[in-house]
Amino acid sequence: MARKLLLNHVDVPGINGFDVYRQYGGYRAVEKALRTMSPDDVVEEVKKSGLRGRGGAGFPTGMKWGFLAKPEGVPRYLVCNGDESEPGTFKDRYLMTKIPHALVEGMIVSSYALGANTSYIYIRGEMMPQIRIVERAIAEAKAAGFLGKNILGTGYDLEIYVQPGGGAYICGEETALLESLEGKRGNPRIKPPFPAVAGLYGCPTVVNNVESIAATVPIINEGGEEYAKIGIERSTGTKLISASGNIVRPGVYEIELGLPVEEFIYSDEYCGGIANGKRLKAVVAGGSSVPILPANLALKTAKGDARLMTYESLADGGFVTGTAMGSGGFIAFDEDQCIVRNTLNFTRFYHHESCGQCSPCREGTGWMEKVLHKIEYGHGDLSDIDLLWDIQRKIDGNTICPLGDASAWPVASAIRHFRDEFEWHIFHPEEAQTRNYGLAHYADPLIMAE
Amino acid sequence: MAEEGKFKVTIDGISIDVAPGTTILNAARQIGGDIVPPAMCYYSKLEGSGGKCRTCLVKVSKGSEKDPRPMPKLVASCRTTVMDGMEVQNITSPDVIEARKGVVEMLLINHPLDCPICDQAGECKLQDLGYEHGAEQTRYEFERRTFERIDIGDKIQLHMNRCILCYRCVYVANQLTGRREHGVIYRGDHAEISTFIERALDNEFIGNVIDVCPVGALTDKTFRFKNRVWFTKPVDAHRDCPTCSGKVTLWYKGEEVLRVTGRKDEYNEVEDFICNTCRFEKKHTADWTLEQPTDVDKDSVITANHYTVFNPPPVIKKNPALQAANEEQLSRTERLK
Repeated sequence: MARKLLLNHVDVPGINGFDVYRQYGGYRAVEKALRTMSPDDVVEEVKKSGLRGRGGAGFPTGMKWGFLAKPEGVPRYLVCNGDESEPGTFKDRYLMTKIPHALVEGMIVSSYALGANTSYIYIRGEMMPQIRIVERAIAEAKAAGFLGKNILGTGYDLEIYVQPGGGAYICGEETALLESLEGKRGNPRIKPPFPAVAGLYGCPTVVNNVESIAATVPIINEGGEEYAKIGIERSTGTKLISASGNIVRPGVYEIELGLPVEEFIYSDEYCGGIANGKRLKAVVAGGSSVPILPANLALKTAKGDARLMTYESLADGGFVTGTAMGSGGFIAFDEDQCIVRNTLNFTRFYHHESCGQCSPCREGTGWMEKVLHKIEYGHGDLSDIDLLWDIQRKIDGNTICPLGDASAWPVASAIRHFRDEFEWHIFHPEEAQTRNYGLAHYADPLIMAE
Repeated sequence: MAEEGKFKVTIDGISIDVAPGTTILNAARQIGGDIVPPAMCYYSKLEGSGGKCRTCLVKVSKGSEKDPRPMPKLVASCRTTVMDGMEVQNITSPDVIEARKGVVEMLLINHPLDCPICDQAGECKLQDLGYEHGAEQTRYEFERRTFERIDIGDKIQLHMNRCILCYRCVYVANQLTGRREHGVIYRGDHAEISTFIERALDNEFIGNVIDVCPVGALTDKTFRFKNRVWFTKPVDAHRDCPTCSGKVTLWYKGEEVLRVTGRKDEYNEVEDFICNTCRFEKKHTADWTLEQPTDVDKDSVITANHYTVFNPPPVIKKNPALQAANEEQLSRTERLK
């Protein structure tokens, strides 16, 4: 049984309340950090743990904290990014619903480390129940003296506010989130300046994912070095994976980084294999933005090694034969799924969510959707595939924020790995309306875990 | 080594010393000539503008003297500040040309291409860009998005079909007029410029949105369909205006003043914003003190059949190193003057 750090008490009844959470060792990290450690010690501990941002980019959290500018007389802010809206990712919602106090505790520890006296939790507006749950948790923590003025008699003040999101995927981009938090239209800012220098209201700001912040609690409790022992190389600790798609047991799983992808899909502890005895066709390993991989490349790298659930192993082979860890939205596709339709679905999402600020993303996402729609409904030409490839290439890397890249990568990888399926759609437009292309040579049907 | 307190930046092999904090685009404009990246959304007089249209993308092949690593992506030159020893590639980089072609194509897919009936034709940046970078045929085969024309006040018409969402007019409305009544609504490719609940902007300076618009989305209703710009002759003039500087360009057809605009420089930016009275109401020669024919870029269509001053290429004029290298060419231009 793998170690669980975040979800170890998730099944305890009443764990979302303060008393039960405290009974199971909650708020020990706050006591330890505030009473025995200096803010720099906390940052140092997080650096030692090797924790990497769990929101998608995988940037080391300790290093991010180290970049925070600390000018005299200017407040610093910690903002928690709970605007989880990536298709395929639902881990933060689960965490906030089940153990909201883990987030609140992490917020207190992280705010203390950064010297922030006001912190914000920006939660996606659609998640109204979670907003209420977190607000209640904050009120309970405040009643118990863990928030407010002079916490635990240490002289440290902290207030945490919850802000419902503006209802757009783009508000999950950190600078758009800050704009939205300031009450403006959620358009990403042009960087530099980075938020660590001029973020919320022009003050130095750190924006962290819900899971990253919650992960600071076990790091402080057990020590950074202990945390770093879990995992492989630069991928340390545990990660929440939202598993969905055609698997037997969809849900949120906490894994130790370094778990083989094959074990994750086929083991009964996790996904439990592909549903209805079907075979695996493709995998999106980290939420809709990361490149989609055919089954053979998802289970083994191009070099023939087993692919592991780590930042490095998933990215092995770059974007040619690899993918990315992303936010941990793991989607499995069985042999009956149509990759063209799926790509159309993802692209429609990005078209809908593009903020419209910079031209390649504003115009390109819509164009890609229209071309994909044309192919999917049997009106495509062979040249449309090259056109799609060209459009995505002109969006990728040319936009203000990563949404442009995120819209380009699924299209690029789908064409790269499943070009024959696109061609089949074009050559057999009528057949494509009635059945799917099915499992092709790229899937590896023989791998089955014991 | 650069001068004391200045940064040395090399753009397409041409070096210049600029003050710290200068953007790559402005450094390129100090050099001048073909290496200046085009800018559709950046406007030096509007705070916060730029970074949106992505036509000014350049490649930074050397970050700085201290950290010579190249930047991983193409950067927007209008919003990236120079570092000492930075090396930038604009027209010498195939990647940049390719990306810019892509951006121009993206800008054009939903553009109606109604240049034959558009008042902006002839002084339209998108037209120039399309001419320089665009393909002769579009690869976009779907219906273009369309909007109804909207009147913003009784003098300005908004034609969203042509808009490229550069946000310049939004910044003008915010920064010159003080009240927030003009902005962007919706998002993605449904986004549109709009005024607060159909409210007409009745500010003295709102006419400047016409000047800053790089395309024909905001046009002057008093000039609408009167004439093609290349049949009119621009003349610099001024008047003693109580509200604005009063320095304008009059556009003549024969003896008639067809329209009045701010004075624009070679990058299509006005020198001074002018008030609505000057722009819309003073349309007689008697209202103005004439100065001289406006100096128009010799490549511009507006110079057709016009008398222009012959200028030596700006690169030679401003760069001593190149001047030395092009001794012969310089003497020729001097002779021709």
